[in-house]
Amino acid sequence: MLDSHMESFNDSIEKTEKQVFSIEEHIVEIVSDSGEGAQKCGQSFGSISAKMNNGVWTVEIIPAEIQPPARSRAGASGNRIRIGSHTITNMGDEADLVVAFNEQVLYSRIDQKAFKKGTIILLENKWIESNIPEIRQQYSETLEELRANGYDVYEIPMEKECLKLSENPHQGKNMWVLGMLCFIYSRDLEKADAQVLQTFYKKSQKIIDSNLGLMHAGYSWAKKYLGFQFHVPPRQETEPMVVMNGNQALGMGTIAAGIEVCSMYPITPATSVSHYLAETFESAGGVVHQAEDEIAAIAFAIGASYAGKTALTVTSGPGVALKTECIALAVMAEIPLVILDVQRGGPSTGLPTKVEQGDLLATIFGQPGDAPKIVMAASTIEECFHFVVLARKLAETFTMPVFVLSDANLATGVQPFPRPNFSPDWLSPPVDQSPWKKGVRPYEWDEETGISQRPIPGQEDGMFVLTGLAHDEESHVAYESSINQRASNRRSRKLAAFHQTLNPPVINGQAEGDLLIVGWGSTRGSIEEAVKRVQKAGGKVSSLHLRFLSPLEPNLKEIFKKFKKVMTVEINYGDEPHDPLITSDTRRYSQLAWYLRAHTLTEVDYFSNVHGRPINPGSIENRIRKELDL
Amino acid sequence: MFGLSSDCIVHVPEKYYTLSDYEGNVPRWCPSCGDHAVLTAAQKVCRDKQLPPEKTVFTSGIGCSSRFPHYMGSYGFHGLHGRAFPIACGIKFRRPDLHVFVATGDGDCCSIGTAHWIHAIRYNIDMTVMLLDNEIYGLTKCQTSPTSQKGTHSNTHPRGSILPPINPISTSLGVANVSFVAQTVDWNPAHLYSTLLAAHEHPGFAFVRILQRCPHFSADVFEAAAADADQLLLMTHENGLQLEKHVARMYKNTIEHDPLDMHEARALAGTEERIPIGIFYQNKENERYDEFGMHNLGFTPEQKEAALNAELDRYAV
Repeated sequence: MLDSHMESFNDSIEKTEKQVFSIEEHIVEIVSDSGEGAQKCGQSFGSISAKMNNGVWTVEIIPAEIQPPARSRAGASGNRIRIGSHTITNMGDEADLVVAFNEQVLYSRIDQKAFKKGTIILLENKWIESNIPEIRQQYSETLEELRANGYDVYEIPMEKECLKLSENPHQGKNMWVLGMLCFIYSRDLEKADAQVLQTFYKKSQKIIDSNLGLMHAGYSWAKKYLGFQFHVPPRQETEPMVVMNGNQALGMGTIAAGIEVCSMYPITPATSVSHYLAETFESAGGVVHQAEDEIAAIAFAIGASYAGKTALTVTSGPGVALKTECIALAVMAEIPLVILDVQRGGPSTGLPTKVEQGDLLATIFGQPGDAPKIVMAASTIEECFHFVVLARKLAETFTMPVFVLSDANLATGVQPFPRPNFSPDWLSPPVDQSPWKKGVRPYEWDEETGISQRPIPGQEDGMFVLTGLAHDEESHVAYESSINQRASNRRSRKLAAFHQTLNPPVINGQAEGDLLIVGWGSTRGSIEEAVKRVQKAGGKVSSLHLRFLSPLEPNLKEIFKKFKKVMTVEINYGDEPHDPLITSDTRRYSQLAWYLRAHTLTEVDYFSNVHGRPINPGSIENRIRKELDL
Repeated sequence: MFGLSSDCIVHVPEKYYTLSDYEGNVPRWCPSCGDHAVLTAAQKVCRDKQLPPEKTVFTSGIGCSSRFPHYMGSYGFHGLHGRAFPIACGIKFRRPDLHVFVATGDGDCCSIGTAHWIHAIRYNIDMTVMLLDNEIYGLTKCQTSPTSQKGTHSNTHPRGSILPPINPISTSLGVANVSFVAQTVDWNPAHLYSTLLAAHEHPGFAFVRILQRCPHFSADVFEAAAADADQLLLMTHENGLQLEKHVARMYKNTIEHDPLDMHEARALAGTEERIPIGIFYQNKENERYDEFGMHNLGFTPEQKEAALNAELDRYAV
């Protein structure tokens, strides 16, 4: 497809007859050494595609270290962007086209089965002229190997072309590549210009102009020398859309909920929620407090909430562990609180930048004693936005902490979704400062719902002493066994009352069949795509996706009965049945499976791993086919 | 409060709060525990400043002294061990109308809550802090505290404690943005009251260490100092505590100390021969983090909607 004479860079052989392919969707990867800007390039390409009304899903490709050595095999840093003429819900399987800034970073992607035969690889070719013999040799060998393995490799003079415009090609090569991709995928140059301006809006005019120039140069070069181009027609839907990543959506949801205090301590991968809010929150009537530690962050939020300003804290697994005692205090003292948990790999410091759904049981059960609370999990970036609004409301209605679980996959994934339509009831009401009704006790638990109103400082005649000790309805410290039993019962009853308001989960597919896949959180897109593929092939498989984990959504046992087998798909650890020493006695189940087995007394199996990556639809499809003997 | 103002109009407040308005449950501290005196002094400060009980919040951690809020008639937050400071900071952050007090003990403040204590000093959020320091763990039955003198016999160090104590005054004076540090004793009600009053009136984080006798586990610690006023050193200054003459007369050892003089404050904090009482340091000009917290209060729903829509516009496709 590439002009065979391109290496001569002869302007006279401009290719005008292009092969133009119209495609439903494509998966593009941009990989480089860390710090070469491949992520910025990928994010920009994703945003431009979203603005052209394509469906988009992006995933960051993150090396294990912050600054791995250059040209290291495991050092791939970059972005995967899946674009299509329909809504895209996940990262997909193998890439169709890859741009690589050096050949070595391709190996880790190949190890992760990110490519297939025929994948187009656009490879920086400057290495062949390196003055280090080993590098020249590595480059040639890899090139040969890639071609032998059936990849469609093109050598691209990225740096050489950039040097025509810029003295330092390390700054701006990513924009040149962006321009090249914009031509390959027939992107609108005006939208691309706007994106570059948005990306560099804080920079000087000189830097902006330089990057715009490089982007245009990449576009022109591709137009001149590449023999192929793809059209990805826009989605049919024309409703107004917004595009952002999951952490930005959590931050924007915080604004939409009318929350005034975000109290946090930096922790990957949750921190960028606060970065977003630090930029914008104050113009929406809120403040970000960076506390001295995770414990202080939640304690501060509890204080603000006690004083009537519903507050939120943002954290990840290790932070959840540190906050445990305060979470229990909020349960015991019945203080509304929203906790955003952007999960990462655990236990301990674990895999800070990687994907895992490991906090499920810790958030539901992690406190000593009984600590009933609401735990919900967003399954899309759109839900990241709306769930914060909902969580704030639930926290205040049921006077308890509410967890919103997200994960590293949603945190950095970019996806367009319908623009939310503001409703005034999203906002928290003003702090009630009217006199308290005399005689109403601070924990006057309603018999049916367990809910009590709470006096807020400033309310005359409402004075009481809140305590984390066992207490009676007056909030008096009470050690009598009957009082503790009763108080525990009323706190638990609130969850049952909330459960009454939930609908049974929607089943994706038939309500009966051979296999039911149950998922939660960010795996939804991959699960539903895999299930659809197998359904098309005749498999009797359905899926359901849980948004509420505590309390669990209604009717699960009845739903499960209609299927021969029930299996969760989740990203956390579970023993494989055939591992050494693993028997039905010793097998430790993945988290949702364990929880559902206890809850429904149904045999629930699981497909799970802790590779630190999102689960792609292909691997789920394979497992489903195996289960169904397809 | 009462009397004639310059325009000769008698101001009769709608409601005059008496001491009983600040009384909560009957204290369950041991008889002769120093905490009783602190409670009375705090209630008097509230009464004399006519703080509406519904606008007053006493916050505490865990320990004997942290039972304090239960015995007040105001709002109270008896929280977690060591976490009184961040909770109190959160309460005050967006509520300029509330008067916030913290009651904390030497274990609560100087051990499990040390990080919060240091940072609370630096935040300099407007509140009055009472460190009731009896140099021992009381509620959990006689364990060594970080302020216990070296060699203290306790259930965790039956052969005597190993390490020298933390000096809460020196520590506080070492923190950036510190704005008010004072020391007083439970056995001189007038000095105690004056110190707490000055702390309450200070615009910022006012830290008061109160030497407090535990009759049960550390009775001997302050026995000599309580019996002999000469073991104390009274810090006086026109910018310091204004004591009535009969109170000041009790102390023959006095030193003129300007609370703005940090260098001398630190030297006095390290004095070992006598116990200095009064204000070590006061600076009303320091950064106050609650001013940042309150800079954008009171957005209307319309303003919030506009802010959200501006954000959605930024991310519009």
